Amino acid sequence: MSKLDAKIPEGPLAEKWSKYKATQKLVSPNNRKKLDIIVVGTGIAGAPAAASLAEMGYNVKVFCFQDSPRRAHSVAAQGGINAARNNKNDGDSVYRLFYDTIKGGDYRAREANVYRVAEVSSNVIDQLTAQGVPFAREYGGTLANRTFGGVQVSRTNYAQGQTGQQVLLGGYSALKRQVALGKAKMYSRQQMLDVVIIDGKARGIITRNLVTGEIERHAAHCVVLATGGYGTIYYLSTLAVQSNASAAMQAFRKGAFFGNPSFIQIHPTCIPVLNEYQSKLTLMSESLRNDGRIWVPKAEGDKRKPKEIPDEERDYFLERRYPAFGNLVPRDVASRAAKERCDNGFGVGKTGLAVYLDFRDAVAKQGKKVIKNKYGNLFAMYEKITGDSPYETPMMIYPAGHYTMGGLWVDYNLQTTIPGLFAIGEANFSDHGANRLGANSLLQGAADGYFIAPYTVSNYLADEISNKVPSTDSPEFVEAENGVKDNLEKFLSINGTKTATSFHKRLGHIMWTYAGMQRNEEGLKKAQAEIADLKKEFWSDLKIPGKVDEINQELEKASRVADFIDLAALIVTDALNRKESCGAHYREESRTEGGEAMRIDKDYSFVAAWEYQGDDKEPKLHKEELKFENVEVKVRSYK
Amino acid sequence: MKIKLNIWKQANAKAKGKFERYELDGVDAEMSFLEMLDSLNEKLIKEGKEPVAFEHDCHEAICGCCSLYINGHPHGPGKETATCQVHMRSFKDGDTITVEPWRAKSFPVLKDLMVDRKAFDKLMAAGGFISIDAGQAPDANSVLVGKIDADKAFDAAACIGCGACVAACKNSSAMLFVAAKVSQLALLPQGKVEAKRRALNMVAKMDELGFGSCTNTGACEAECPKGIGIDFIAKLNREYLSASFSEAE
Repeated sequence: MSKLDAKIPEGPLAEKWSKYKATQKLVSPNNRKKLDIIVVGTGIAGAPAAASLAEMGYNVKVFCFQDSPRRAHSVAAQGGINAARNNKNDGDSVYRLFYDTIKGGDYRAREANVYRVAEVSSNVIDQLTAQGVPFAREYGGTLANRTFGGVQVSRTNYAQGQTGQQVLLGGYSALKRQVALGKAKMYSRQQMLDVVIIDGKARGIITRNLVTGEIERHAAHCVVLATGGYGTIYYLSTLAVQSNASAAMQAFRKGAFFGNPSFIQIHPTCIPVLNEYQSKLTLMSESLRNDGRIWVPKAEGDKRKPKEIPDEERDYFLERRYPAFGNLVPRDVASRAAKERCDNGFGVGKTGLAVYLDFRDAVAKQGKKVIKNKYGNLFAMYEKITGDSPYETPMMIYPAGHYTMGGLWVDYNLQTTIPGLFAIGEANFSDHGANRLGANSLLQGAADGYFIAPYTVSNYLADEISNKVPSTDSPEFVEAENGVKDNLEKFLSINGTKTATSFHKRLGHIMWTYAGMQRNEEGLKKAQAEIADLKKEFWSDLKIPGKVDEINQELEKASRVADFIDLAALIVTDALNRKESCGAHYREESRTEGGEAMRIDKDYSFVAAWEYQGDDKEPKLHKEELKFENVEVKVRSYK
Repeated sequence: MKIKLNIWKQANAKAKGKFERYELDGVDAEMSFLEMLDSLNEKLIKEGKEPVAFEHDCHEAICGCCSLYINGHPHGPGKETATCQVHMRSFKDGDTITVEPWRAKSFPVLKDLMVDRKAFDKLMAAGGFISIDAGQAPDANSVLVGKIDADKAFDAAACIGCGACVAACKNSSAMLFVAAKVSQLALLPQGKVEAKRRALNMVAKMDELGFGSCTNTGACEAECPKGIGIDFIAKLNREYLSASFSEAE
């Protein structure tokens, strides 16, 4: 076990980033055109990073597996994007946003990185607005704001319930402009299959052209991964079905440390599982908890229709347990409380794995029109999926896997432990600690892409100006390509009986049962054994139709599932190691008498960064000790 | 339910395609249409047959990946509905459902139900942006945008780029797609600076890419999963006309 250096600049918190920018190494405009950068992923971090670096004059190659960069899953973010602008004159500031994020993350995030994101948050909104993102406005023409969970100010900018789409399209349009100018080259329908390391530095990637099946080599001076999160490890999650952990796992196997893999946010308000065929769960925005009341019947197994159950026979369990915050407790707390009720037999719906989110009182008090104005698109989406109208009958909701706070470990430069390999947005671990606050994901991704990576990547490239882009015929590229090809052949040669999806479903079930909302030592050990068995079965009984050199969606799925299986083992190792509860990581062995999560700061105030040691070998733990010099570390209480 | 399916199969872009018939038993009314196709594929793979290639990702009607005609309608039955929001309760036991990829010259079929929509990316690169580098932006509140304009711009910006408008149009015109982007940016003060250039360039690119002409049938509006209206086409025509008079080439 070693100590990790996060390379945080010296000096007071509020001056670190300014000082960094003032003293970092620069690349002159003339030299930038000699330097090539690969960006993988085109979501709210990747598209802005690619566009911004191209604007500076670098040559940027951008990769996505979708048919267009506009389809990255950031597009589905609903609620909003935070910025410390104090628009409402309600006492907001950079420090407050920083503080709320650190506290919301249950004191497991790095102060300096979080402060920097808060510091540039206002620039992000300016940039997006200038690109034509139609943020909601007041009648007077100024930006409108809404409030999100876990904070006491109104700092969330939004574009109806489609903020992610609008913010993403801002980045996408900036990227398209650079493509038109010839500074960025777009490679869509390309799946990254390995990162190439030469002399200890990331120098390129191997990809598979998903249309022709061809394996391609791409070289550059550095590689930026903006490949998102891995919530689909549970199979059923709020993520797009193709979202995957493969790029992160390739980096991990090549030596990049993986930070806090077990920190996965379970979102409390999702449409529950309706049938065994389901491939995806749909998120219902956190904003609904402003007006909706969550309840279950007081009597176990009460099968009456919700409308027939009178108030005195309803258990508004969040209001009961957390009178101070009620239905607006943070996501981790709300999720666990719903699970607790369902586990004890009070759940509703066909499966008993759901609770009600009821708008009856809000409709009665504010009128249908007002409620429709606020949540119309969400209610319509719910009705399309379930066939029920939330104006008439309560929504049924249940928690689902959502966002991964864990990710590739990066230092203050957003650089992984491999020089020249950067990770930005959800793909890195750095800003959300053990629990992310609502509307902070778009902020962090965009901040990394527009205003942080362009500086830190330049700082790295300043030492590369005399180095040529390596030849893609160099032995390292050949070796990486051969490895990729062998692996693909292996998938196809198994010729077993079970589909990739069936393995993914089973893996998801193991993870949800033992490494989901609640974890304990016994369960995690069971998970370890079951994952190992599943892995053996996968590699001996997988069935993939078709060939390598054609469009082969089953082959794509299989290679993602193989990476998920390895990541699952890593998540379980991390969850076993952290014997405290913090944020979304709830160890049953570490709770208060009232059943609340209990942190153990003296033992676990660190980032767990895992180093790959070989296939099926226990990874090595490195610790980055967290220092809190600008906030007082307290117990989170919502009672 | 038992469902009969009539699905377009085509090995690759160059191959000749044809309809293939499948039968699927045990279809649950609660299944989404995409999940029905998933279960068909699981069955086909187990039987050693080639699965049907189709695109889908977010399942929340926002990514725009879906590119299916269901019984002759882009995105199938239901108004303002994307394919991922279609559920099997819209069909009856014994129904035959015909599934095809988008049919448009500018969207060539890649395999089965997958089409190539790069033409939309090219249209965007022709002018679907505001030229502003990172770091140059003025304070977002220094440019006031009236609520009505902001809301209207949002309505246009809600386009998910799926291509249903092109698929629905008898001329495979991309007018609604271009109109939505041109209108969104022309409605906002920050987009006005380049409005003329944008309208001219995007329309020229649309012609170059082989999209057809608009004859105002309104089919695009009827099939748009986001309900984007053809009043934006009227706006595009105004923008284009005024630009072509005043903007010297």
